[in-house]
Amino acid sequence: MTAVEERPANPSATAADRPIGFGRIQRKEDPRFVRGKGHYLDDFVLPGMLHGAILRSPMAHARLVSIDTTEALAHPKVHAVITGKDLEGLNLAWAPTLSADVQAVLATDKVRFQGQEVAFVIADDRYSARDALELIDVEYEDLPPVVDARRALDPGAPVIRDDKEGQTDNHIFDWEAGDAAETDAVFATADVVVKQEMVYPRVHPAPMETCGAIADYEPIDGKLTLYETTQAPHAHRTLFAMVAGIPEHKIRIISPDIGGGFGNKVGIYPGYILAVVGSIVTGKPVKWVEDRSENLMSTSFARDYIMTGEVAATKEGKILAVRTNVLADHGAFNATAQPTKYPAGFFHIFTGSYDLQAAHCKVTGVYTNKAPGGVAYACSFRVTEAVYLVERMVDILAAKLEMDPAELRLKNFIRPEQFPYANKTGWEYDSGDYEPTMRLSMQMAGYDELRREQAEKRARGELMGIGVAFFTETVGAGPRKHMDIVGLGMADGAEVRVHPTGKAVVRLSVQSQGQGHETTFAQIVAEELGIPPEDIDVVHGDTDQTPFGLGTYGSRSTPVSGAAVALTARKIKDKARAIAAAMLETRPEDLEWEKGRWYVKGDPSVGKTIQEIALGAHGTVALPEGIDGNLDAEVCYDPPNLTFPFGAYICVVDIDKGTGKVHVRRFIAVDDCGTRINPMIIEGQVHGGLTDGVGMALMEFIGFDEQGNCLGGSFMDYLIPTAMEVPDWETGHTVTPSPHHPIGAKGIGESATVGSPPAVVNAVVDALAPFGIHHMDMPCTPARVWEAMQGRPTPPI
Amino acid sequence: MQVTMTVNGTEVTRDVEPRLLLVHFLRETLGLTGTHWGCDTSNCGTCVVLVDGEPVKSCTALAAMTAGHEVRTVEGMATGATLDPVQQGFMEEHGLQCGFCTPGMMLTARALLDRNPNPDETEIREAISGQICRCTGYATIVRSVQWAAAHPATESNAASEEVPA
Amino acid sequence: MQVPAPFEYVRATSVGNALELLERHGPESRVIAGGHSLLPMMKLRLARPEWLIDINDVAELRHITEEPDQLRVGALTRHAALLDSDVVGRLFPIVQDAERVIADPVVRNRGTIGGSLGQADPAEDLTTVCDVLRAQVVIAGPGGERVVDMADFHRGPYETACEQHELLVEVRFPIRPRMGSAYEKVERRVGDWAVGAAGAALWMAEDGTVADATIGLTALGLEGLATEAAAVLVGQRPSEDLFAEAAALAARASSPIEDQRGPVDYKRHLADELTRRVLGRALDRAAHPTAVQGG
Repeated sequence: MTAVEERPANPSATAADRPIGFGRIQRKEDPRFVRGKGHYLDDFVLPGMLHGAILRSPMAHARLVSIDTTEALAHPKVHAVITGKDLEGLNLAWAPTLSADVQAVLATDKVRFQGQEVAFVIADDRYSARDALELIDVEYEDLPPVVDARRALDPGAPVIRDDKEGQTDNHIFDWEAGDAAETDAVFATADVVVKQEMVYPRVHPAPMETCGAIADYEPIDGKLTLYETTQAPHAHRTLFAMVAGIPEHKIRIISPDIGGGFGNKVGIYPGYILAVVGSIVTGKPVKWVEDRSENLMSTSFARDYIMTGEVAATKEGKILAVRTNVLADHGAFNATAQPTKYPAGFFHIFTGSYDLQAAHCKVTGVYTNKAPGGVAYACSFRVTEAVYLVERMVDILAAKLEMDPAELRLKNFIRPEQFPYANKTGWEYDSGDYEPTMRLSMQMAGYDELRREQAEKRARGELMGIGVAFFTETVGAGPRKHMDIVGLGMADGAEVRVHPTGKAVVRLSVQSQGQGHETTFAQIVAEELGIPPEDIDVVHGDTDQTPFGLGTYGSRSTPVSGAAVALTARKIKDKARAIAAAMLETRPEDLEWEKGRWYVKGDPSVGKTIQEIALGAHGTVALPEGIDGNLDAEVCYDPPNLTFPFGAYICVVDIDKGTGKVHVRRFIAVDDCGTRINPMIIEGQVHGGLTDGVGMALMEFIGFDEQGNCLGGSFMDYLIPTAMEVPDWETGHTVTPSPHHPIGAKGIGESATVGSPPAVVNAVVDALAPFGIHHMDMPCTPARVWEAMQGRPTPPI
Repeated sequence: MQVTMTVNGTEVTRDVEPRLLLVHFLRETLGLTGTHWGCDTSNCGTCVVLVDGEPVKSCTALAAMTAGHEVRTVEGMATGATLDPVQQGFMEEHGLQCGFCTPGMMLTARALLDRNPNPDETEIREAISGQICRCTGYATIVRSVQWAAAHPATESNAASEEVPA
Repeated sequence: MQVPAPFEYVRATSVGNALELLERHGPESRVIAGGHSLLPMMKLRLARPEWLIDINDVAELRHITEEPDQLRVGALTRHAALLDSDVVGRLFPIVQDAERVIADPVVRNRGTIGGSLGQADPAEDLTTVCDVLRAQVVIAGPGGERVVDMADFHRGPYETACEQHELLVEVRFPIRPRMGSAYEKVERRVGDWAVGAAGAALWMAEDGTVADATIGLTALGLEGLATEAAAVLVGQRPSEDLFAEAAALAARASSPIEDQRGPVDYKRHLADELTRRVLGRALDRAAHPTAVQGG
């Protein structure tokens, strides 16, 4: 323990410098991780366990002519080979996706993307399973692929989803938000209109641990225990019950320590289902774990939006309206994970942090011969794309008006007195005070000094760029009346039990993938009840042990489950008051609370600590009427609204004019996530997201050639920043609590991933201003930056 | 074939297939699951262990090739209940989140500090540049290593906590 | 994760023993040292040797030996050892320029100079460095050793003069006075293969003119040295204009292909840009031979 930020240490803490409740404390999960004692999926070995491996399609689009498994089955260590035909017999060849579509578990008629699942081998060990894949003979008949989303709706384009009745083209959906006519009217009379097409390329969350599952089906009692790398164990349980027809009470999902998720581990992948089928077929536990290429080529990609943005403004720089048309590439199956009513996720928050007169967006989703997925990689349900669009457009407007981009933003922010703010596409922003956050970032950056330095460098012909971005997130999905995923309301449960000796257990529906839930949620209970965090155990990742809820993604753990836990603790506090009153032979209303203790008003020396009350509750105290004998409570929290974290980011880059290489020199991030529970964990979340942003802006990218071959299928080609590409992050914060959240917390998990890509790209484009550039598409690799200098700012990707 | 090597100070002998990768020998043959893996192409460094004191990517080494050498894994970092300063530093400075890249990062940091007890920020960043962390953004890893450099162990920490069966 | 197909494994105890084993196990045997080229290929099942002959115990292949007129580097010398070597840094800073950007520090602990040259990947850095330094390669075979110039050793992408039954044992770098050398690579990220790279060496005459010069390119579609580009330097007094002329010729000699790392015109531009840079740095180093760690 080195420093306690923000809140002084509670003097009654067991360790003098350790806060009970909110503040910087070390993570409770770290002692096992630093000893190599985490339990990740591939660490589990069950008795008699077999290993599965998936044969995948080398083609992007082809008819499946035949599959010969004879030789593979003859391999002495192979137990079974499962094909699409076998699954058809079990009615399992197709599985529902999270977006009202279906996805092939194993291909039956056609393969529709390179890397699609074709056969599943089960063998004694993983080496033999791999060997047997080579013994399967598959005959394909080539079909022309649809690779470019812009060509997907061309008349005569090959129809990818001919499995779907009535599907005669590659169109998935059209979706609109805002008022088109009103927006057009504002545009028609505006002084200034700027327009830009921009591509947010396909990227991948690529957690360090790939996806995997171990299925253990016990035929006698019909119980399925499924170990999975999942961010949403309860949702998976329900979906498995629906898909596989196994009664839900017979399914237990265990999501052990997860080596990073970032959205990659939300969906149910064919491999998970195949492990279950494999276990049912062989009667033994079956483990399946992806290799890295399988992860990058077949599981949830992110982004892939082609966006045309337009901004209308006055010549003085007052932004009046924003409109956008988006072409969304959803791959071969629409497997996007998002609330049902929002096929483009929360993209309609593209109005950003600005007070507009009108806004409108239209999003068209199309099929292509690429891997399915869509919402992933810490994007808060497409807020990443929305923020990128508006923050790029504001910079383009600033260039057009020859205004400083920071000043232009300051001029257009929603003002603090306008909150709660109803934007033009249907959101109600809960709280915000944007200017101080922006000003703090500028002060930390030394903004004016940076601009002076830039002017000097420009005069010398050197390329330095300063990128500004201001984002408003919308997270913590969401109110049940508006939001569900495949019919499951987006509420989350929490349960707290205080044991007789005053130690507590918290049970959560959400699942950590590194965010530090075991610490944060203990701190929430500690703050509410005054029980030290070390006396609180957090249980998660096991559906038999935890209440139902939809899981961790979209930065929803603190906004939703955090609220659930706080409210549960408050129920316990109320109950403790009644029990304390009985113990003190007084009335509950005569008691006052201080952290960890109820005492008699006017006589602070007479009171009962939460530990004494816990013993009383479970002991022989004569309990008041209506109070039962424990100190437990549970809550299912339905959030009244989403939360709207925000932040101001400034990125400074230097570009080597001769090679196009971008060096990120500095990055200043000021975040406002409302009430801060553990500043250390918050800072860590921000740092990780900033690195994602630098990655996407400069190097991360999954490309395809004309045949639909995936060009980003290994870490040799899918580049993730190392310690050498990122600076020492400079972070700051402001605190604007959410008015509707019990503790005022808004969530922080994805803010930096959402906010940083436009800051980096704005910096790169700013550096290239001497070349007359107002936009360039990501990733800003050396070659692409050089091309931008040659007047080719948006080369095809 | 039979291989014999020293793992965390204990000599082990096992019958293995010649093609068995070192990472699988450690994780599956010896049950030392603290060593993880993250790619197949030796790009991510999740699988780093020390061989004769030097960081090596154990997904791109054969158990057979490692026979006769000394291997140190994360399970061999602490001395009994006493953590290596690098382990302590990672806890103090939030050098980990999901914990998956952490063992490899810590072992590389250990090797760096053994060679250079007071590395500067650039030297630390270079040392870990063959390893990817998707969670931390590296700054806190750098601080963790700096913490360890500022708090060297008072005794040798070569002894092993974990002895493979 | 990906795993190799089955094979048999044997350790060689000496160069002679390695050659015997190669002979005995025939054309489906492969030598393994660092393993960072071969094992990934085996995991992808693009390489399926029946026998792996591990030469890591052959201590005679691991040395850096300075002689009056040459530096001898054993084929099993690790990248990390080359990077740490004061002798290498003093004589041939270009080697350390390149080593600093080959893969990453952990891979450099295992990968060897012999492995890099033997793999002959077109984006491999040390081939260019050895070309530029006019190195020679020693190949041992059943009939004894032969010494071949780099120009004869490197036959094209993934192809060298070292036959299946032979072993690359040593690389020899000639030492000549008043020499400076440098290498610069553009990569998309640390550890990535080159988008493009250039290396150059200058040997200066006592009168300050260029006595001899070499220029090489990596991943830019040039086999061997850019001889025409180097020729314009010889006998001339170095100047920015002269280097620009040579760099333009080097770019003309390149024939890069378009891929995810960049289009042809960018890569050709890199040949020009990087050649100018390395010539400038090589000149500095020739003039200030002790400032070897610069750049």
